[in-house]
Amino acid sequence: MVGNETIIKVEGLSKSFGTFEAVKDVSFSVQRGDVFGFLGPNGAGKSTTIRCLLSLISPDKGSLSLFGKSFNNSRKEILSNIGSIIEKPDFYRYLSAERNLEIFARISGANVSKKEIDEMLDFVGLGDRGKHKVKGFSHGMKQRLGIAQTLLHKPDLIILDEPTTGLDPQGIIEIRNLILRLKTEQNKTIVLSSHQLSEIELIANRMVIINQGKTIIEGSVSELLNSQELVVRLETDNIESTMQLVQVHFAEAKINSITSDSIDLSIHKDRVPLLNKLLVENKIGVMAIEPKRKLEDYFIKTILA
Amino acid sequence: MLVKNIYNEFIKILSKPRSYLGIGALTILICIIIFAMKVDGNSIVSFVTASFEQTLSFNGKVINGNLIAFIILQMLIVHIPLLVALVTGDLISGEAAMGTIRMLATKPISRTQIVLSKFIAGALYTLFLTIWLGILALGLSHLIFGSGDLIVLNSDGIVILPNNDILWRYGAGFAVAYLSLLTVSSLSICLSTFAENSIGPIVSTMAIIILFTIIGTLDVTVFDTLKPYLFTTHMASWRSYFEDPVPFESIKQSVIILLVHNIIFISVSIIGFNRKDITS
Repeated sequence: MVGNETIIKVEGLSKSFGTFEAVKDVSFSVQRGDVFGFLGPNGAGKSTTIRCLLSLISPDKGSLSLFGKSFNNSRKEILSNIGSIIEKPDFYRYLSAERNLEIFARISGANVSKKEIDEMLDFVGLGDRGKHKVKGFSHGMKQRLGIAQTLLHKPDLIILDEPTTGLDPQGIIEIRNLILRLKTEQNKTIVLSSHQLSEIELIANRMVIINQGKTIIEGSVSELLNSQELVVRLETDNIESTMQLVQVHFAEAKINSITSDSIDLSIHKDRVPLLNKLLVENKIGVMAIEPKRKLEDYFIKTILA
Repeated sequence: MLVKNIYNEFIKILSKPRSYLGIGALTILICIIIFAMKVDGNSIVSFVTASFEQTLSFNGKVINGNLIAFIILQMLIVHIPLLVALVTGDLISGEAAMGTIRMLATKPISRTQIVLSKFIAGALYTLFLTIWLGILALGLSHLIFGSGDLIVLNSDGIVILPNNDILWRYGAGFAVAYLSLLTVSSLSICLSTFAENSIGPIVSTMAIIILFTIIGTLDVTVFDTLKPYLFTTHMASWRSYFEDPVPFESIKQSVIILLVHNIIFISVSIIGFNRKDITS
């Protein structure tokens, strides 16, 4: 359930390192219950912004409030209500998973019992590895332990910066499912920065795109994507005839690319059933009509614009 | 929160193999010195006392637990700073190198408390190392060589301290030696605040100690005004307790200078860490 309470409000955030302006003018807001996608190409300023959100970096300009409070006078209060993973979760390699969680739980501002630590390890699928030293963990296991660490003190806000970086496809699915469980079972507010646009499209309800340190666009994922035409890949047994039919009957559709067995075209989604019907009526075998990732196209168009 | 994080820091120190390296090295070195003195102690002592034997005669047990403990302290106090820096120099920079500093700094604990907890944990480790040195140097030496009057050779000549007047001097001497080691610990933690790797602060601490010691021993006029303010000048102040009469005023001055150094190093670390952008 998405609420109206503003959890994060960032206005005109700027940060420079020497002469390099990492973030120039970033503004966005996150509401309670949002799964908020934070998108941008490499070097756009995502990590710097997220580090500012966690008080790891002090911004040069702009205002930043979390839960309606600022770091200047409520740092401890704010941080006790946030769980985060920045880039990759790093742990004390010479300690066990359980001991690592104990260490972070002790300074999390909450009373976390041994039983809760065990339950959390079970939740992330590491129940049988609690006594093992972290130095023997794979990247995926560390990511899951990182998620356990973010949830241990039951924070309202979870910030995950590139949580699927370096994971294999199975690891990506595991982390995605974990995030979806946090959203559905625990109604957490989640800020998710990722290069995996398909992840954001599947999980997020709102998003912001930043580029070169500036906010490009912010809004509801479905609204932003629905304002766009659908890009479909059309695979038939007669591409030449298909193309002629499209050009005659769907003059508004834009052909993006053609190969020997498929056409990529931009078309309004209401017109897709008619296109299918037309092809069938003209005895053209339709192998597939599949939508391409909308966010990917939208992202590229937005960044290029 | 400070107490909780001191406990965390202590767990981390106890879990690192390098923490036991210092204790192990210290134990081995003391055992080697005791073994050498047991086997060849008489000839070593004769070599030192030979120049006095024309005017003085030495009776009784010259080689005893008190003398061996003094020799051990004299020899090892130069090396122990490295063992201290090996652990304390890694306390903050090690977290930066591992990436755990990000996790730590996003918890509801102030950065001042993070630095202070590391200082206190470092101080406790240094205290343990000093006590271990005391137990081995005094305890083991007395167990093997027994007790007796202590003959100390210093720049003014020979000082003979009766057996019943020695223990308090060792107690006070170890306290001042601990303060010297604590200064090394504070310096390495201070350097650790500004570094992103473990080795840098350890090497830098030793480089500073060597540099200051060289400046302190050079008989060059330009350094004369500087020497009294270098912490290395006061690192051997524990030895003053084995003079007769004890120069309390000079010891007090050394203690003040060492304390001031500690305060400066801690303050610089706290200010530096609070201002630091954590980008690692």
